[in-house]
Amino acid sequence: MSSQTPSQTVGPFFSHALTPSGDGHAPIAGRQLADERTPGTLIRIEGRVLDGAGHPVTDALVEIWQARHDGAYPEGSDAFRGFGRASTDAGGRFWFQTVKPGALPENGAPHVNAAVFARGMLNHAFTRIYFSDEQAENSRDPILTSVDPTRRKSLVASLRDLVGPPVYEFEICLQGAHETVFFDV
Amino acid sequence: MTSKRILGPRDWSSHPRQAHPDYKSTLLRSQRKPLVPLPQSLSELTGPVFGHFAVTSEDADLTRNAVRDGEAIGERIIVAGRLVDEAGRAIPNALIEVWQANAAGRYVHSQDQHEAPLDPNFLGAGRALTDSAGRYRFTTIRPGAYPWRNHPNAWRPAHIHFSVFGTAFIQRLVTQMYFPGDPLLALDPIFNATADAAARQRLVAGYSTELTEPEWALGFEFDIVLRGPRATPLES
Ligand SMILES: [Fe+2]
Repeated sequence: MSSQTPSQTVGPFFSHALTPSGDGHAPIAGRQLADERTPGTLIRIEGRVLDGAGHPVTDALVEIWQARHDGAYPEGSDAFRGFGRASTDAGGRFWFQTVKPGALPENGAPHVNAAVFARGMLNHAFTRIYFSDEQAENSRDPILTSVDPTRRKSLVASLRDLVGPPVYEFEICLQGAHETVFFDV
Repeated sequence: MTSKRILGPRDWSSHPRQAHPDYKSTLLRSQRKPLVPLPQSLSELTGPVFGHFAVTSEDADLTRNAVRDGEAIGERIIVAGRLVDEAGRAIPNALIEVWQANAAGRYVHSQDQHEAPLDPNFLGAGRALTDSAGRYRFTTIRPGAYPWRNHPNAWRPAHIHFSVFGTAFIQRLVTQMYFPGDPLLALDPIFNATADAAARQRLVAGYSTELTEPEWALGFEFDIVLRGPRATPLES
């Protein structure tokens, strides 16, 4: 038996390794998981990361892992890899372009799994991004329904009513009255 | 429901607690509400697969992967080790990414204001896949310590940042590797956020004569342990 290696903060200086842009070191993953050729509905997830004072967190890293449009998780051979990575900008904003995940019956309502990393976070935090236009599925989801109803909405990205490809907004509050639900998993 | 193995919990006697007042940035960024229990499903037990598309052989040599017109400056080192789970089983084909300051303690990053020189031949970023025995190996430059503004005259001990994927999304680990004998370790709030001294020692690489290459580079060994299958009662 060995013991787990402790987590340490990602710190402020990860971008040249984890989210590089144009300095010759090609990223292994980025904001754009899918394009028009990917089976499924192309969507954008846009959001902000905020600290306990409501200020934007300008040096956070958000990673997502999600199922394909048919609900199955990608295998290594799939063109759609299901994994994305975005750092926040000067406004604390991040975005992903992906396809809306499907859901296998045994895996609850459609959702995207997310991990949040930042300077000042000694461990990353796990959350889930559900979708506001999946009310019927959401109301049956065992995870969502297990969460305190007053905090449940922090897990649901809201569909912005615009023409064009669907955009879902998801705010991640690290602390405070509106602290996002993070999971012990 | 799934053939995937359930993983044991994150070991909170090993990981730091999230709120650690000595590390000022945790004050507004640490979670204050209890984490909500989540049973493990496919969402947690699957994870991205990074094949050889992600990595070239050059990527693991930070002394060469960003060379423009000369050699990277500083003390050349080899950092290698095994990636295993808590049961000691190798995790093969796993992606390990590293990043670090250069020998002068400066990152290639627009927000790094430390008045120390950049090295035009050193980026300080690399990655590797573990082999079938879970082994990885980087060649790099020993990073310098650097100042930060956490408290007066605060300096981070020399460290290399590690980002590690297992096979499950919830095995994800981001950590930092430190060097043996560094006097700054005792003073560092990030290192000391891990309360348990034995756990902290797992963040410190060991000097290795086997990894050291004569006339070339010092070797340091750093094994990484990810959470493994839930311990089950003894079966006969
Ligand atoms: Fe650092």
